[in-house]
Amino acid sequence: MPAMKVRLLFFAVLRDITGADARELVLAEGTTARDVWQSLRGELPKLADYVQPPMIAVNETYAEPETVLREGDELAFIPPVAGG
Amino acid sequence: MYLTDDPIDTRALLARVLRSSDGAYVLFEGVVRNHHEGHAVESIFYDAYRPMAEKEIDAIVRDIAARHPDVALAVVHRLGHLVVGDSSIAIVAAAPHRAEAFEAARMMIDRIKETVPIWKKERGPSGEEWLGWQGSGRC
Repeated sequence: MPAMKVRLLFFAVLRDITGADARELVLAEGTTARDVWQSLRGELPKLADYVQPPMIAVNETYAEPETVLREGDELAFIPPVAGG
Repeated sequence: MYLTDDPIDTRALLARVLRSSDGAYVLFEGVVRNHHEGHAVESIFYDAYRPMAEKEIDAIVRDIAARHPDVALAVVHRLGHLVVGDSSIAIVAAAPHRAEAFEAARMMIDRIKETVPIWKKERGPSGEEWLGWQGSGRC
């Protein structure tokens, strides 16, 4: 199956949980943002309770969980924002 | 640039927007307080998805400017480690008349809190916590 590279960014609580700023993912074509979240949940017990992903950004723009990722995309899960 | 790692210079911000036709300006500053939901707070670490936060704030500024064409706006949000009393955000809304200045400044802070990817981790005597993460960010 064709593969693609996607850069996954971690911020705030997700950076603390994963211990990383970012990861390079190699994904099967057709993978959605939600699929990536479910994979993270499977890997990280602290995320196990979060069945629904937080807000999602693809290439610095808010996107739906069902967004199909593309080669070279930059994906970020956006925990509840708290600016101001 | 709407984000800074340095203390906010509100005079410089005001100087950027105030016009001789303005009859009023509203300066809003958010400051770090020493408590949150019963916990003592000593400091806050602000994190951001910087390029996206810049874009989101810019979109908000443009939208408010379109709704209030007579208002001149400026905003800066500070990131990094802030202590009690430090300003985390400053907004200036200048207008020929006060009503629009108040309205635009209020709309700006409300909208920034809703969508801009900025996060805060509160630190106090009882530990640290990322706000909004349903308690599990507490460590």
